[in-house]
Amino acid sequence: MKFADEYRDARLVHALAARIAGEADPAGSYHFMEFCGGHTHAISRYGIEDLLPGSLRLIHGPGCPVCVLPVGRIDAAIRLAERPGVTLCTYGDVMRVPGSRGTSLLRAKAAGADVRMIYSTLDALAIAEAEPGREVVLFAIGFETTTPPTALAIRRAAQKGLANFTVFCNHVLTPAAIQNILDSPELRHLGRVRIDGFIGPAHVSTVIGTEPYSFFAEEFEKPVVVAGFEPLDVLQAVLMLVRQVNEGRHEVENQYGRAVRRDGNRQAKVEVAEIFELRKSFEWRGLGLVPYSGLRLKETYAAFDAERRFDVECVSAPDNPACECGAILRGVKRPADCKLFGTVCTPETPMGSCMVSAEGACAAHWTYGRFRDRARKAS
Amino acid sequence: MSGDDPVLRSGKVDFGGVAKEINLSYVPEARVGDHVLVHVGFALTVIDEAEAARVFASLQEIAGLDAARAEAER
Ligand code: SF4
Repeated sequence: MKFADEYRDARLVHALAARIAGEADPAGSYHFMEFCGGHTHAISRYGIEDLLPGSLRLIHGPGCPVCVLPVGRIDAAIRLAERPGVTLCTYGDVMRVPGSRGTSLLRAKAAGADVRMIYSTLDALAIAEAEPGREVVLFAIGFETTTPPTALAIRRAAQKGLANFTVFCNHVLTPAAIQNILDSPELRHLGRVRIDGFIGPAHVSTVIGTEPYSFFAEEFEKPVVVAGFEPLDVLQAVLMLVRQVNEGRHEVENQYGRAVRRDGNRQAKVEVAEIFELRKSFEWRGLGLVPYSGLRLKETYAAFDAERRFDVECVSAPDNPACECGAILRGVKRPADCKLFGTVCTPETPMGSCMVSAEGACAAHWTYGRFRDRARKAS
Repeated sequence: MSGDDPVLRSGKVDFGGVAKEINLSYVPEARVGDHVLVHVGFALTVIDEAEAARVFASLQEIAGLDAARAEAER
């Protein structure tokens, strides 16, 4: 595929890796967090960590949309789906995210709840139109990339005066989560995580642009390089970060200029601002309550807000105590540190959210990384 | 491409051989033949081909220089 295949060119990948090894100070150490789940997946899939010098470490961040959904919101969605007359629509991965006590939307569906998998928010809208007797609820999740599609569905429902369509909104914001990590005691006081720079998200940045990262670059003196998803994209971003660290710079740079503009996507931003507003705080799996990090529907669109129509109660519930997703999402632990990894917990039987989606750190490590660990031990 | 209503503007996007109908509301500048980046059924941005070519050329330059150096050291 164009703009993908050439960015996987093995000769260039190795040349770039050699260049990084040449420029990284062997006595130094470079810890870069890739915020976005798409990068986590790409890094595992192409074995990028194996190409990097020993002084350089990539830390997975909390940018996998399914992984950060807290148990309490999943439980609330399950209770919604179990109401008579309700049809709950959501993206495929969400259905397998564990709620409390081993529940999930998929299990609820097997037990008779009307849960349907959609590809696009407009599918949910079409179901609402086709089945006026059902209360169709879109269980909307994700970062800035999935918010505009939800916004468009709501505006469309308003235009059509659809009375049986509502949205259970769980959209969250990337910059708020990055700030939370940079402010976390693990980073600031305990010294358990070190971050020297960020690989900025690809798709999210197509919407929000590169501007929102300037704050971190300045305030926390951390370089940010927005990067695409192909191996050459990631490696080039790593090289750019190494250079910034070597030169003592902390700027926002854009490796993914072919898709990301400084101001992002204006149409999408305007649409989102028209329909959503900030919540005072929102719970994330792993991060806890993060101030001003989630969105809800504005009063003007209250008629389409499932939380208002159904009085949804979201009670915060603990994660499976053996699951380390929380620490993994904060960059403190790695998947292999979890006792359940690969034994009790696999993508077929996920015990935690990080094992559900291909973008989750545990699932990515299960699919691509575990053989590499074994090979490394054996060699 | 179809739809006069900007909200419903959509188009066929070819994903390496598989064509899918994709919503184009957020890329009013997209024209037939453009490459777009798609997420959950919505195009989010039009790929800037000149910028893609520029970055790719700089990558090749890095690779070329390193290859030349390796050659010289031999
Ligand atoms: S392996 Fe499973 S249980 Fe362990 S941290 Fe990952 S998702 Fe949680």
